[in-house]
Amino acid sequence: MSQASGSYYLPEPSKWPIIGSIGMFTMLFGFASSLSDKTPIMGEGDLTMMYIGMAIIIFMLFGWFGQVIRESESGAYNSQVDTSFRMGMMWFIFSEVMFFAAFFGALYYIRTLSVPWLGGADNNLATNTFLYDGFVPSWPLNVMPDAAAGGYSVFKETIGAWGIPALNTALLLTSGVTCTLAHWALKKGNRTGLTFWLFATVVLGFVFVGFQAYEYIHAYSIGLKLSSGVYGSTFFMLTGFHGLHVTIGAIMLTVMMFRSMKGHFTDENHFAFEAAAWYWHFVDVVWLGLFIFVYVL
Amino acid sequence: MSTAHAEHEHHGAPSGLLRWVFTTNHKDIGTLYLWFAFAMLLVGGSFAMVIRLELLQPGMQWVDPNFFNSMTTMHGLIMVFGAIMPAFVGLANWLVPMMIGAPDMALPRMNNWSFWILPFAGTMLLSTMFMEGGGPNFGWTFYAPLSTTYAPASTDFFIFAVHMLGFSSIMGSINIIATIMNMRAPGMTLMKMPLFVWTWLITAFLLIAVMPVLAGAVTMMLTDRNFGTSFFDAAGGGDPVLFQHVFWFFGHPEVYIMILPAFGIVSQIIPTFARKRLFGYSSMVYATASIAFLSFIVWAHHMFTVGMPVAGELFFLYATVLIAVPTGVKVFNWVATMWQGSMTFELPMKWALAFVILFTIGGFSGLMLGIAPVDFQYHDTYFVVAHFHYVLVTGALFSIIAAVYYWLPKWTGHMYSESLGNWHFWTSIVFVNITFFPQHFLGLAGMPRRIPDYNAAFADFNFMSSIGAFGFGLAQLLFLALVIKCIKGGEKATDQVWEGAEGLEWEIPSPAPYHTFAEAPEVK
Ligand code: HEM
Ligand SMILES: [Cu+2]
Repeated sequence: MSQASGSYYLPEPSKWPIIGSIGMFTMLFGFASSLSDKTPIMGEGDLTMMYIGMAIIIFMLFGWFGQVIRESESGAYNSQVDTSFRMGMMWFIFSEVMFFAAFFGALYYIRTLSVPWLGGADNNLATNTFLYDGFVPSWPLNVMPDAAAGGYSVFKETIGAWGIPALNTALLLTSGVTCTLAHWALKKGNRTGLTFWLFATVVLGFVFVGFQAYEYIHAYSIGLKLSSGVYGSTFFMLTGFHGLHVTIGAIMLTVMMFRSMKGHFTDENHFAFEAAAWYWHFVDVVWLGLFIFVYVL
Repeated sequence: MSTAHAEHEHHGAPSGLLRWVFTTNHKDIGTLYLWFAFAMLLVGGSFAMVIRLELLQPGMQWVDPNFFNSMTTMHGLIMVFGAIMPAFVGLANWLVPMMIGAPDMALPRMNNWSFWILPFAGTMLLSTMFMEGGGPNFGWTFYAPLSTTYAPASTDFFIFAVHMLGFSSIMGSINIIATIMNMRAPGMTLMKMPLFVWTWLITAFLLIAVMPVLAGAVTMMLTDRNFGTSFFDAAGGGDPVLFQHVFWFFGHPEVYIMILPAFGIVSQIIPTFARKRLFGYSSMVYATASIAFLSFIVWAHHMFTVGMPVAGELFFLYATVLIAVPTGVKVFNWVATMWQGSMTFELPMKWALAFVILFTIGGFSGLMLGIAPVDFQYHDTYFVVAHFHYVLVTGALFSIIAAVYYWLPKWTGHMYSESLGNWHFWTSIVFVNITFFPQHFLGLAGMPRRIPDYNAAFADFNFMSSIGAFGFGLAQLLFLALVIKCIKGGEKATDQVWEGAEGLEWEIPSPAPYHTFAEAPEVK
């Protein structure tokens, strides 16, 4: 244990992880239960159990992070502990990158390979003739290979890149700048600046999410839905997961803002802020990928 | 000092059950992982017994086909995610901090969480067996549309179980990387690290890279099943083959995740009992890294028959057989380490040698499968089953058993019973080969995998295989007995335990104290 200052901080036994596991189990079991009336416990569409699980997880997050913050503010962590946290966050972000890579990969495969193949490209004439005779591939795909089956929502138009998405790009890029300004202020020991620029970043983030929500409502009104075949699937899953991550990032930055107002962080020691900032830049970069591959191209 | 420090004065492990639930100690957590893995080995093993019972004779005897399918599915999932992977993480927990002279894992609370997600994920997965429509029945590779359009309602629980398992693996891997990169004792340079540490470093990287992709795959399944997306549905412009690409982009690195730590273990054991330094240490490191790199670009060798452009077939063929080069380097180095060594054959060494020989057989059958035109014949037959059981049972599992024998005296402070161990070893070796060797012939003769009934022509080899499986299963109970006996007592182990053993973990007392290396040792 941490007898001497300078030695690595090893925490006491902790109740938070097991609470997290219980919360996670309750949430996911509840969600799965709600998906069908053939499953136990919850009826179809009944999300009570899922919400209970989410509440447990939120309780855990407050408890666990609260403890870490107290330990950190009490000076228990030396620079080696700080490095562990940094590595942890870096590799966590890498895992998130790979999660998005799966969806970007799916988009690439569908657009450039499998949809043309369904239309008979390369040596797939037989596929086209025997499976979906007369299917003409296009992107965005609006006339499904099996259009007769019905059930796919047909959209009147798609979301153009140069309306809200371009505006959102500008918002997020600006928020990357304000986030860096916050960091500079922090490094200069300028707390008002830190709080102010954090506030600006958070506002930009939430405005982004608001615009995204507005765009979704518009999309649904013109028939572009999750069920609009594979175009709708990739569009909503990629932008949806990104939006979720923006929300998480903005919440993280909000927490940092309140911590800054409470006088946490020093110009030397502010890993939590940096972790949130890294995450924010990651979300930013993913958006650029989305803007190019989902909207522009 | 601050209050946070004052709290730590009256330190002592909490007693009773809660000690294990709240623990942040890497040795406790390692123990939990290992016992969990063993329990899952028995659960998954009992499913295998059901499978082999049904296949003992041609015709339908005991279970209905749907249940048979959910047995093969659950067997695979439980063994991969419940037994092999947690066992390796358990070994990493116990050994990595001791080997690099660290006081504990880098992030001890998160370490606890990584473990304690597993029992919940396991419960979620197993609970599907009791639901209306039965458990997952689409094989451990859960290809769409079997797992989407045609799957039982319980599949959504399976999906979330996979999410949880992935989350646990990612956090566990982050911890291992942070520990290795940040917690090494002064003087423990990267190229002085024991190979077990090296192989785990690279494995952890693989895990962080591919578990999220698996999460992506099951997420697409979830929305295809419930929210109207068409990722894997050609009628809506998607493609079931997309599922296979995403799955195997995870799946092939995954099989290396299950074998790289095994390479590390064997590279620890063989030098000890050959009483020679490991031959070609740095080439071992580079070979491991090359295998890891190549493992990202060979995934479609599982999909040769699915219909790919010829250029794709050729690329994946050559990339696949290229892996034989670094793998060959490893096998060569193990043999060269033994060459002219003063060898003795204690049980860890017996298991390690069995690993080298039998894993290599699995590697050879892998090469055969990697040759695309030949795989057209072998694909989805028992030949594939034989291949991956040689690499996973006599490979991964044997290395885990070898590791337990090797480090058990360090963990418990006692030597194990040699005679019980010999019984365990010889019965296992004989029965495992009776089980899996005939499956090569079955596959070459054309017996498909994942079927509950078969042509009478396949009867004899199936009978042999089933008898072998029952024997191998029973033999593992000897292992359980041996471990329990060793925990309870036995000849006192010395600190070094093995005459030829080198490394930091052999310089601390046996059993290893609850906290080791509070002060970092100096490594020369
Ligand atoms: C020398 C290296 C290896 C090569 C060239 C190789 C090649 C292959 C090929 C081509 C297949 C697909 C066969 C088919 O479905 O038609 C296959 C299947 C498989 N291999 Fe390997 N393999 C190698 C090593 C390993 C190792 C080390 C492991 C695990 C520790 C492993 C585990 C598996 C598994 C689990 C499957 C079956 C997956 C399934 O369809 O259920 N292989 N291997
Ligand atoms: Cu493979």
